[in-house]
Amino acid sequence: MSNIGNYEERYKTFTWEQAERELNYRPGGVLNIGWYCSDRICDSGKGDKPALIWEGMGGIEKRFTYHDIRRASNTIGAFLRGLGIQPEDRVCLFMDKIPELYLGVLGILKIGAIGQPLYSAFGDESLFVRLDNAQTKAVITQKKHAPKVRKILDKLPHLQHLIIVDHDGKPLKDREIAFSLEKSEPVEKLEIHPTLAESPSLLHYTSGTTGLPKGVKHVHYSLLSQYMTARWALDVREDDIFWCTADPGWVTGTSYGVIGPWVLGVTQCVLDAGFSAEAWYRFIEKNRITNWYSAPTAIRSLMKAGEEIIKKFDLSSLRALSSVGEPLNPEAVIWSERVFGKAFLDTYFQTETGSIMITNYQGMKIKPGSMGKPFPGTTAVVLDQKTFEPHKESGKIGLIALKPGWPAMMRTYWNNEETYQKKFKNGWYITGDRASIDKEGYFWFVGRDDDIINTGGHLVSPFVVESALIEHPAVAESAVVSKPDPINMEVVKAFVTLKAGFTPSADLDLEIMNFIRKKLSPLAMPQEIEFTDALPKTRSGKIMRRILKAKEWGEEIGDTSTLEND
Amino acid sequence: MADEMKETVLKYVTAEYLEDDADPITFDTPLISGGIVDSFSMVSLKRFLENKYKISIPDDQATPEAFDSVDKIALLVRKFTLA
Repeated sequence: MSNIGNYEERYKTFTWEQAERELNYRPGGVLNIGWYCSDRICDSGKGDKPALIWEGMGGIEKRFTYHDIRRASNTIGAFLRGLGIQPEDRVCLFMDKIPELYLGVLGILKIGAIGQPLYSAFGDESLFVRLDNAQTKAVITQKKHAPKVRKILDKLPHLQHLIIVDHDGKPLKDREIAFSLEKSEPVEKLEIHPTLAESPSLLHYTSGTTGLPKGVKHVHYSLLSQYMTARWALDVREDDIFWCTADPGWVTGTSYGVIGPWVLGVTQCVLDAGFSAEAWYRFIEKNRITNWYSAPTAIRSLMKAGEEIIKKFDLSSLRALSSVGEPLNPEAVIWSERVFGKAFLDTYFQTETGSIMITNYQGMKIKPGSMGKPFPGTTAVVLDQKTFEPHKESGKIGLIALKPGWPAMMRTYWNNEETYQKKFKNGWYITGDRASIDKEGYFWFVGRDDDIINTGGHLVSPFVVESALIEHPAVAESAVVSKPDPINMEVVKAFVTLKAGFTPSADLDLEIMNFIRKKLSPLAMPQEIEFTDALPKTRSGKIMRRILKAKEWGEEIGDTSTLEND
Repeated sequence: MADEMKETVLKYVTAEYLEDDADPITFDTPLISGGIVDSFSMVSLKRFLENKYKISIPDDQATPEAFDSVDKIALLVRKFTLA
């Protein structure tokens, strides 16, 4: 029997008050995610239970009980307080998936500051726009990533502290400070900042169609959504060994790689090493992982690695498998059922929604390729794209929209309330994704409603890549679109015109790829660059991305009446 | 020739994928499983090898395992330069 039991019954009767009661939260009272995920579990007598089993490069392993993560997060919180970090100050976590990242999230939340996790592969430009927008006061990082922060430090007057968690003794520069969790005196008791439901907790950045990345502001009340969805959507149970493969630089990695398992008092595992099928299967076997939350890109890479390799490992511990980031193709669902004896269940949410919104449930009939059904306590519909009214007939494609009111809904975009307000129409939150709903109420993903590229589950703004491309000395103009990819669903493709004096070549192609990789991130790096003499434009000079995209996807080009020189 | 190739690849990986003050890597340092080169960046590394050695590496052979160290990359490149 799954945690959720009968979905239809739950959907009819559930209200968020149930989550409040289960978590002993009284409206108006103190609610602090850091405390809920560590001290509360210890107070319930489970302090000696393993909370985190971490494995790094070369098989190095570290284990933390709930008492350990309580003390470690206290220690980090006390250190930050000692530096003068105040409630609601932004503290960026710019690290690989090392223990300090996970423990740092709790430490920051315990003192009422706002955690700003950023993907450690970001280049200095990507890092700068996010730290500048958030007016971040401190960055916690590793020595290997510190040089990227140093490059932009002079442009960040608000950034007071660059905290290095693995400092090697070399002289530190202005504003730099070393912090070693292992060498610090553990702090047994920390005064938890009395955050309330609407106190800000985390700031996650996401890409927009135009303009700079948007800082999605979440609050401590999100805990209720993350708690319920971890239980009912991911079917996380008390005795599970849970593995969320996502990086906490992205929302899945905090909602379900930190908060979800720990508020439930579950043991979770983290593998901080690059991907290989063998390493992943070995990790599951070694830790007897029971509940595995991953992504379609990884699942397709495992499929590519073949089935022979699976026979080398005992994966019989696996009980529940889920996936997030982009639509999970039916082949992957069927394949996982065949090779693991369990199907990967697709889940759907966004940085803005903070928790799973539409999903397949353990025990419910699965239709491979479907997104599943709305989570209890949420109302999801598909809207007509012109009237913004819900489609009344099944099978019609429209915009996925959600009725605001679930606890983990974003509260605003940081310093960008205007863009936040534009996300709502007729009282619905517009996700920007398109889908249809079948007669049985299952949602079927169709695609994005804008030019945003979803590559391996990560959103990339074509505008940001185009802006970076024209900073390369050889590039005159650029247009960036998605192109299909068997592993990542979509990858970035750039069309580029060159300035006079430059000619297309394989070396220039590679040089531009690396330029973007280092400036923005490996995700934003065009996997293909097509040099062209001209880009399709409207008569008013606007580049028509949709024409280039349609060609890449083998689709109809559509209306070209505004095309220049047509 | 093989050692020269390995030196070239090592130099390229160091210059492109490591920060200035990072610890030096060797021919057998794990690149993919060690988190130095991620799966997206593998595309630019593959492009470098193809440009430099005038070869074409099929996508199904450009696996994380085949790119996991300079030693392994050299084996892969040799396979296609000899073909």
